Amino acid sequence: MTSATVAPTASGVWSVVVGQPGAVEVLSAAAEAAAAVVAGGEASPGAMTHAWLFTGPPGSGRSVAAKAFAAALQCTVTDDRPGCGECAGCRTALAGTHADVRVVVPEGLSISVAEMRALVQTAARRPTSGRWQVVIIEDADRLTEGAANALLKAVEEPPPRTVFLLCAPSDHPDDVSVTIRSRCRVIALRTPPASAIADVLVRRDGVAQAKAAWAASVCGGHVGRARRLATDPAAEQRREAVLRIPLGLRRAADVFTCADELVKTAEAEASEVNDTRNEAERQALETAMGAGGTGKGTASATRGAKGAMKDLERRQKSRSTRTQRDSLDLALVDLAGFYRDVLITATGAREVSLNHPDRAADVATAAASWSAESALRRLEAVLACREALEINVKPRIAIEAMITALHRG
Amino acid sequence: MNAPAVTPDPLHLILGDEELLVERAVRTAFEAARLADSQADLTRVRVTDLTPPELAELVSPSLFAEGRVIVLEAAQEAGKEIADAVISYCAHPADGITLVVVHTGGGRSKVAKELPAALRKAGARVTECPKLTKPADRDAFVRNEVRAAGGKIDPEGVAALVEAVGSDLRELAAAASQLVADSAGKVNADAVRRYHRGRAEVTGFAVAEKAVIGDRAGAMEALRWAMQTGVAHVLVADALADAVRTVARVSAVGRADPFQLAGQLGMPPWKVKKAQGQARGWTEQGLAECMQVVAGLNADVKGAAADPDYALERAVLRIVAAHQQRGR
Repeated sequence: MTSATVAPTASGVWSVVVGQPGAVEVLSAAAEAAAAVVAGGEASPGAMTHAWLFTGPPGSGRSVAAKAFAAALQCTVTDDRPGCGECAGCRTALAGTHADVRVVVPEGLSISVAEMRALVQTAARRPTSGRWQVVIIEDADRLTEGAANALLKAVEEPPPRTVFLLCAPSDHPDDVSVTIRSRCRVIALRTPPASAIADVLVRRDGVAQAKAAWAASVCGGHVGRARRLATDPAAEQRREAVLRIPLGLRRAADVFTCADELVKTAEAEASEVNDTRNEAERQALETAMGAGGTGKGTASATRGAKGAMKDLERRQKSRSTRTQRDSLDLALVDLAGFYRDVLITATGAREVSLNHPDRAADVATAAASWSAESALRRLEAVLACREALEINVKPRIAIEAMITALHRG
Repeated sequence: MNAPAVTPDPLHLILGDEELLVERAVRTAFEAARLADSQADLTRVRVTDLTPPELAELVSPSLFAEGRVIVLEAAQEAGKEIADAVISYCAHPADGITLVVVHTGGGRSKVAKELPAALRKAGARVTECPKLTKPADRDAFVRNEVRAAGGKIDPEGVAALVEAVGSDLRELAAAASQLVADSAGKVNADAVRRYHRGRAEVTGFAVAEKAVIGDRAGAMEALRWAMQTGVAHVLVADALADAVRTVARVSAVGRADPFQLAGQLGMPPWKVKKAQGQARGWTEQGLAECMQVVAGLNADVKGAAADPDYALERAVLRIVAAHQQRGR
């Protein structure tokens, strides 16, 4: 953490927001104004508003910042600096159990309009604790068009004590519709510097200094990814396997082995994450619908369960697809980083830091043997594959096409 | 088909789920019973609707010894009680009664699965009616149909008829007997074409097979037929992708014994063998291009292209073009 420069604000709940001094300043000023409103006093005009949009690259901590802000709004120890991190309000808000903080985390591929309509209903209530009713929508870029429109009315004219916190990669119309964007104040988060990430790894997760520095240097500014790499050996191995691909493509047959490995790893990861959970959910639903009961009336009680089971299965499938895609996307981002490094090394720009500093030798080998054009073509093949996966192309077909392109250069 | 017999077999077992053939076997059994007793009547019952006492009533001899044919349908769904009743009756079949058990060969419960074996043991006459899945079987079926109707058909005629009518046996049988009547016994490709036009079934695989061997006209024709008969765009696109990647995978490992490669590539040997044949004439460059084409096509048919029909045609043409660049 760059604690030396932002010492006054980076305490309490703000300590979880890594490397974002500017954003923390704005948010804590807003939280102070909000506390003044709650106290019935006069708030400084323009400091607090009813809708915020947190943008920033993946891993910059959009949702973390939103949660910290929510905690500061719910902080019950109101001296002049809300967000102590100690009181019940702060703790429950950060843990996601506060009664007045709703968090929407899409696990499937999109957020449906039905979900948003239900949310708008709850958002219209008065806060039970008498402070603020906070609604956090993580991944607002996954709102469908209908869902965004359903949300629009509420964001436009919310009840006096309701605050909407939306998180999205950017405020580009592709991510957030312009109508929603124009009703929010944007908090733009930057890519946190590696030193800040390493610091938080050491401080919060107790990772050894050297490991933390390595993880922070290869994570591409993604705090969550850095933690995963530092604490999960399997994640480290997967990254190794992915980064072996560019130089490992010698024969035509390697294309299919590599593609197969990538797709299988993603599938395995998805089933590892979801299988036990799916089973538990299914059993819970069956019990809820009266399965395993005996006696009169149980048959008719379970009759209606079919539809609910189908519904659950559909949601689980969507979640599994998402996990698979996310896992592939991570691999693709790592690959893209490698080719970017090759391009940078080829141009001889020494002062730019590499995405994968630990792979500098491989990068140099590649830069020496490939032309800049072919490195660029490969980079574009990786990016095209990411886009293809997003529009539902079968992962195996997309990945094989990409690796064929990587092989040919 | 007719097997004249003075005393019909008291027990029949019809195994399989090809509806038309089962129907015919039942009729044959009935006709055999009619030969012995022209007053014989036919009773059809689903096994699941039957209780053991009802079965006993059905199979007990009548006062005036009229012939009777009892058909037990869907025996694969039989419960334990009724299965036991059937088996115990089989030990002592009554005079003048023909019991026909229709069974798909499958079944959920243990007793239902074991019923065919028990009937065989009891000396039932078994007629097998499995689904015809192999093209050769279907051709043979058509030839038999024509012969049974008193006509003759040449191989081209068989191919043309199967292509035009499809794989449904009922339709094939009807078309065969009609053709024999219309063309005075001699059926050939011309006669078939006079009465049947178009194609009943074209799969995405047919399109893909033609495309990867560089048959432009054939592939385009198959594609148009497939679109015309309503094959989903996604299915054709997937078949194309699968064909291209199979050829690419097989040609990447070089020539070798298909049976060895099968294990290594995780494909059945016949697929490897076929792909080895198709791989002839492909260059590595051409295959690499095709991999991009089919990946793009997969996005196109899922909404990226304004017109999926056009996207498919273009992809097929590009695959054929990539195949033909071997001279360069």
